[in-house]
Amino acid sequence: MVSEDECADHTMSGEAKDSEERPKWDNKVQYLLTCIGFAVGLGNVWRFPYLCQVYGGGAFLIPYAIALVFEGLPLLYLELAIGQRLRAGSVGVWTSISPYMGGLGVASLFVSFLVGLFYNMILAWILWYFFHSFQSPLPWTDCPLNSNHTGYIPACEDSTPVNYFWYRETLNISANIETSGGLQWWLVLCLASAWCLVYICFIRGIETIGKAIYVTVTFPYLVLTIFLIEALTLPGADDGLVYLFTPNWETLKNPQVWLDAATQIFFSLSLAFGGLIAFSSYNPQKNNCESDALIVGCVNSFTSLYASIPIFAILGFLANENYIDCQNSNILTLTNAFNIGDENITRQNYEEWFEHLNFSDPSKVESLQLKTCDLQTFLDQSASGTGLAFIVFTEAVIKMPGSQVWSVLFFVMLFMLGLSSMFGNLEGVLTPLLDLQVIPSWIPKELLTGLICLTSFGVGLIFTLGSGNYWLEIFNSYVGSLPLLIIAFFEIISVVYIYGIKRFIEDIEWMTGKRPNLFWRINWCVISPLMLLIVFLAYVFVESETTVTYQVWNPDYVHFPMADVLHYPEWVAAICILLSVFPVLSIPLVALYNFIIYLKTYIQNRQH
Amino acid sequence: MLEKLLILLFASNVLAQVCMPDAPEAYKVRLSIKTALGDQAYTWNDNELYLFRATLAFAMRNYLSGQLFDVSNILVCNETERVSFWFMVKSVTNPTTLIEKQHVENAIKESRHRINSAFLLTDQTLEFLGILPTLASPFVPATPPWLIAFGVVMGVVGAGIVYFLVAAVVQRKRKKTLDEEEEAKGATENEIAGENLDGIYNTSFSDDEKVTEM
Repeated sequence: MVSEDECADHTMSGEAKDSEERPKWDNKVQYLLTCIGFAVGLGNVWRFPYLCQVYGGGAFLIPYAIALVFEGLPLLYLELAIGQRLRAGSVGVWTSISPYMGGLGVASLFVSFLVGLFYNMILAWILWYFFHSFQSPLPWTDCPLNSNHTGYIPACEDSTPVNYFWYRETLNISANIETSGGLQWWLVLCLASAWCLVYICFIRGIETIGKAIYVTVTFPYLVLTIFLIEALTLPGADDGLVYLFTPNWETLKNPQVWLDAATQIFFSLSLAFGGLIAFSSYNPQKNNCESDALIVGCVNSFTSLYASIPIFAILGFLANENYIDCQNSNILTLTNAFNIGDENITRQNYEEWFEHLNFSDPSKVESLQLKTCDLQTFLDQSASGTGLAFIVFTEAVIKMPGSQVWSVLFFVMLFMLGLSSMFGNLEGVLTPLLDLQVIPSWIPKELLTGLICLTSFGVGLIFTLGSGNYWLEIFNSYVGSLPLLIIAFFEIISVVYIYGIKRFIEDIEWMTGKRPNLFWRINWCVISPLMLLIVFLAYVFVESETTVTYQVWNPDYVHFPMADVLHYPEWVAAICILLSVFPVLSIPLVALYNFIIYLKTYIQNRQH
Repeated sequence: MLEKLLILLFASNVLAQVCMPDAPEAYKVRLSIKTALGDQAYTWNDNELYLFRATLAFAMRNYLSGQLFDVSNILVCNETERVSFWFMVKSVTNPTTLIEKQHVENAIKESRHRINSAFLLTDQTLEFLGILPTLASPFVPATPPWLIAFGVVMGVVGAGIVYFLVAAVVQRKRKKTLDEEEEAKGATENEIAGENLDGIYNTSFSDDEKVTEM
């Protein structure tokens, strides 16, 4: 056993010190909850339901399940196993597999850092809305008045109070990405408080994270349940649910659906960030990581499904309310134009009245320009991402009784979902830094975590500018997508072909006590890398087809409140490419660097 | 010829005293009683109209102080089922002329609240078409409420961070003094039993392996 031990702890330097000083989880539950918290994030609430809706409801679950089984779970199992086995963060793990692959760890480090920057800005926005939920009425209910109190501000009149509150009072968004608009002080305050909240949980690494996650991971489920119960009692909820779950099998023929399912499961599980490797590295080596992977993967997918139900019930309710408002405005127009008695026309007898009036005076009816009210149109108005949380949901909340309570609950839930994901991002930065041993040992951990938070806050001030939202979209699209796919592909190739699938399986057998069965082996060797490659190529192909444009909110635009579509200027497009390429550049660079060293020593040996 | 002129003049005077929709001095009023009051809606009848004319006369009296407007100065026409009608205001000083729109508008704006209350209606349910209601300015507290919430959260977080940092510093100091004591002790202890009470951590027997493989 001793020899096996030595063999097992091979290229790790400072092993003795490592097993003494390496922090560890208080118990298994803490570890599982942290991994679940990292995987379950904002995307489960605002991306998955949107995809379900757009891609034909129940039918989307099929490509999603296939992607989970053949791509998500194998990669998750692989990351957890390798982290647990080699007991290091991403840099340490890949360096020990092969020094040439050390760049993978550095790439993960950069991606985690960059994603953490903009992710916390979203948390800052959530905090802003949370702080504003303690007013009656909620500030996004009504338009503010203009200077002489005769009417509402025109930009708000043309669009809606909810849109105005988000774009003008929260973001104070500029008309395009070139106009920076200066730092918005209230957003700086919110960002600072978001980083302080993250810091206080992260201050001692997993020691404090482990305590915080008991609350931040379980509370969202409680809130989702409360929302579920409330949402099901709202009128129109069943319309939303039927709409969500009615399968439209036609969509399965569209390859875009499969691509989106694969990317969704990949990003949802937070793979390739290095955070999962870091978390599992604090485990005891004899731990059943297969069951861990299955638990985390399945809980993540279950959460997505569970979250879609109240979201869609509430969206159905909102669509219903908008439909009723539309009908009522038509009724009022008819009533006023034809001087019919007040409330004689109701939504029930509207059709008869309309026919009667149209028959008696068609030209007048036509001149009124009545709106066509179709419930389906309102249900089709889907939104994902920040649009769902800050525009659609806030609109729904003001129509619900007890708006302040629902608003507070919703934003606290979103904040906790995001916070537990931030822990993973930051661990993906902290653990590799400690592994690289670039940090002098006299720097206490509290100071190091503080410095990481402070630096991230400083760089993240970009997102508090007037053009901040446009920059965030760029970061989200270019950092949080392609680099991760590349890293994951190289991860699986490294483990299966460089480390060796045989050695890996033996390690797992030593750790868990049983060999992973044929299913896992086929996935790791063939199916998952193939899927990743196809997804990567399809992603690049699709992205290159679409022209690089973005939408802006500009009240001076001719067709306002429609969003104007602009092209990125050259320097911005260059930054986009830089963001995609820079993190993964370290992979070939580190390999090249090690190759040069190898050549040097080879030549020196030849000389002797 | 002269008679025709006289008839024309007389006719125009009479016309001036007859309420007409879309006349330059006329306003349209629209009431939505059922929408406002639901079950407790009263039925609109001539008496209610009389009250309306009286309220308008009251508003005109308030605005043009000195001129004693009466119900007969308020002309009403084109009543509909909607409950909407047109009205015009005859001048007190000169019964053949009508009060200009601007004066009527100002009078109504001043006494809008009283007129609404007389009918238990609001600005939205008692509409004077063309006269925009002055919107009530929202209550703006001295400190924005969000800053208060922000202050509370930051206060708690700040206290927590300070606590953690102080605890870390205290812990480090304690460890330092313990290490120093141990070093001082270690010289003497080794002489005693040659056994370090704390023991040396032997990695071969680390607690990580729960299952010993033979």
